[in-house]
Amino acid sequence: MTTLTGLCTLFAVGLLIIILSYIAYRGIGSLNFRFLVDSPRPVGEGGGIGNAILGSVVLLALSSAFGLPLGISVGIYLAEVGKGRFTSAVRFIVDTLTGIPSIVTGVFVYAILVLPMRHFSAFAGGVALALIMIPIVARTTEEMLKLVPHSLREGALALGAPQWRVILGVVLPAAASGIATGAMLAIARVSGETAPLLFTANGSRFFSYYLDRPIASLTVQIYNYAISPYDEWHAQAWAATLVLMTLILGINIMVRFITRKRF
Amino acid sequence: MLSPTGNTGDAIFRGLMFLVGLFMVSVVIAMVIALASDSMMSIRQFGFGFLKSLHWNPIKGEFGALPFIYGTIVSSLIALLISVPFSLGIAVFLVEQAPHYVARPIGFLVELLAAIPSVVYGVWGIFVLAPFLRVYIEPPTATLLGWLPLFQGPITGIGLLTGGIILAIMITPIISAVVRDVLAAVPGSQREAALALGATKWEMIRVVLVNGAPGIAGAVILGLGRALGETMAVTMVIGNRPEISLSLFAPSYTIASAIANEFTEATDDLYLSALVELGLILFLVTFVVNGIARVLVWNVTRKTGGVGRAA
Amino acid sequence: MSGVAMTKVPAQTVAPRIEVRERQEPPAQKEPGKVKVAVRNLDFFYGRSQALHNISIEIPERIVMAFIGPSGCGKSTFLRTLNRMNDVIPATRVEGEVLIDDHNVYETGTDVVDLRRKVGMVFQKSNPFPKSIFENVAYGLRINRLTRRHSELEERVEEALRDAALWNEVKDRLKTSALSLSGGQQQRLCIARALAIRPEVLLMDEPASALDPIATSKIEELVFDLKKQYTIVIVTHNMQQAARVSDTTAFFLLGKLIEVNSTEKMFTAPNEKLTEDYITGRFG
Repeated sequence: MTTLTGLCTLFAVGLLIIILSYIAYRGIGSLNFRFLVDSPRPVGEGGGIGNAILGSVVLLALSSAFGLPLGISVGIYLAEVGKGRFTSAVRFIVDTLTGIPSIVTGVFVYAILVLPMRHFSAFAGGVALALIMIPIVARTTEEMLKLVPHSLREGALALGAPQWRVILGVVLPAAASGIATGAMLAIARVSGETAPLLFTANGSRFFSYYLDRPIASLTVQIYNYAISPYDEWHAQAWAATLVLMTLILGINIMVRFITRKRF
Repeated sequence: MLSPTGNTGDAIFRGLMFLVGLFMVSVVIAMVIALASDSMMSIRQFGFGFLKSLHWNPIKGEFGALPFIYGTIVSSLIALLISVPFSLGIAVFLVEQAPHYVARPIGFLVELLAAIPSVVYGVWGIFVLAPFLRVYIEPPTATLLGWLPLFQGPITGIGLLTGGIILAIMITPIISAVVRDVLAAVPGSQREAALALGATKWEMIRVVLVNGAPGIAGAVILGLGRALGETMAVTMVIGNRPEISLSLFAPSYTIASAIANEFTEATDDLYLSALVELGLILFLVTFVVNGIARVLVWNVTRKTGGVGRAA
Repeated sequence: MSGVAMTKVPAQTVAPRIEVRERQEPPAQKEPGKVKVAVRNLDFFYGRSQALHNISIEIPERIVMAFIGPSGCGKSTFLRTLNRMNDVIPATRVEGEVLIDDHNVYETGTDVVDLRRKVGMVFQKSNPFPKSIFENVAYGLRINRLTRRHSELEERVEEALRDAALWNEVKDRLKTSALSLSGGQQQRLCIARALAIRPEVLLMDEPASALDPIATSKIEELVFDLKKQYTIVIVTHNMQQAARVSDTTAFFLLGKLIEVNSTEKMFTAPNEKLTEDYITGRFG
């Protein structure tokens, strides 16, 4: 029986290796400097994902600007207030929000932002991604804050510090590295989102960083290229996938490396 | 814990915290309101018949959700059927059998499967999995089991089965990670009690599984919740045809992929409203499913104060 | 089982002495001192640190032997070497021999599962399975396939529950969850579970330390009764308990066996000075 469970595990790990190496194999061919800086061109003329990379950076920055402070604040709320029915309701909501499909979030943001504004925008895309980020960051923040020992808090309180000073000045710094790694993982997760961007930020063939215009992103570009009928664009999809996976894997491995001594 | 202290700084802080909590609640309420109001047109037009109608015809203005409900449920079921045994096997191996220095890196690798974005799975699915199934797996299955309506019909590699398999790969790391937490939370005294009575290693593992049963159920339901809402990978390999067919080889359509595919093409208000109604259905279903899962898993892992997972 | 008279300590003794229980009935019929468990030169290591040093002891059949000593002295570790429960802890090492019925259980090729069927264990904190009372007691019988028909299973479960003095309290609710019992009842359930498979030796690791005085005295009465059939080794940090319950006592200190003696002698006139110091409370 041990062989059976061992085989299951081997199969899963094997699958990971197969997928990752295939991405590298198919993607490396089209990867060159021009590819990374050019914007898309019609079929047969080459082109690249430069604008998509810029777009993704803009979207991630925007969503982090909203999502990280709000997510961390919610996390502080859950960890430090902790009691009462309202708090339990909030915690339950945050937990179940992590399970809402990202496309539903996209529909919501479409309804409240894109429709009134009458056009797609990077802003709407950023908001959608932020809404996905907040519950994730909130949960990891809460867990990290809970790990800070009570004795630390009590020591500060006994010195006459008000609660808000204790939380912001003592507890939060103590949990800072854990919260930071949680934030990094959330960013990695959100950088791979496609569905909510489809009808918020939509996509673009041009370089843009204006928040009230549609904007390209790596994930949407990959999607569009992959489902197109052109081989050349398929090759570009693979290369773009390689770029995306390098980013995401890089963050994950780095986080794991940082946290490995902790546990 | 925050409680009144008479300090103004604290009062401000408490107020801010309350606002933050209120914000979360209002986001969810806003979601429900926005989704409901924008699907009102479709709800008024079709009523409950929406859920039962087979016809999805944007040109004629006929919209029925049954093909999507069917596709969503069947693809998720296939995913669970494949994934659950694998996930349990992985979790048992990593918690009960592998030595520590092996379990941690291997566990990390399995969890990396969850870090791969949906669209990347979709790309791999179109160009690698689908052809592989079309050439090596589906033909022999058709010859062997073709007498079952499940395995009849033209073989293209794109269809319900492919969608189910991709979903299975995507939910396995989640289910196995939660089950690992659940099994690790089972107290060592239970294992010792079984061993002291002369149990073999496998009999002891059965005792651990019984202990963790509610948490394992929660993990499976969590996986189901994920599968129901998965969009990109599914839409790229499932064929996007709003038809119900008994064959697993046939193309199909899920709620999430329908929204993704057709949202930007919705030309008139009724079309859009119908799509938003689909979104509302998906929202409600996943909300309930995930709520059930969290209740089951919470009780098991919170007892030990283990670090939770932002699934 | 009649009540036990505990005589109060006379005030004029210089150092507190433990009163040995007055036996109110003739000692039970015993085999003439046949050795059930013999340990020879046992060393035990957790990784690099040595926890047990050169332990040699003989445990005769059908007696109650108590292991006493301060916390951390190795008595629980030693108890667990007798049924190889320490095997589940990584990086442990054993040198020396543990002979049960003249067979060394640390010899390669020993069937450990079978060993644990013959040498049962009751733990400090009760650990019933999250199943019904009946299923808990039946567990050992099922996995070792000791009964053939369901009626036989039911008989053995009832017998074990009676032996553990729990039958009357649970006979009407055998199918209810074991976790609904009180702490003392759960511990007696764990004893019944261990007895059901009819082990030859019963190891008890501080079985009453988590219980209130009334539950504790019930457990002690039980042990006294059980020794008619089983060889019992009981670890306890409570010297009065050792004095009440056991025939022989072994004193451990810092991983070494200091003295083994009949309980009566141990608590009135021990051989070793260290033992006397511990008993009279000079340390520990």
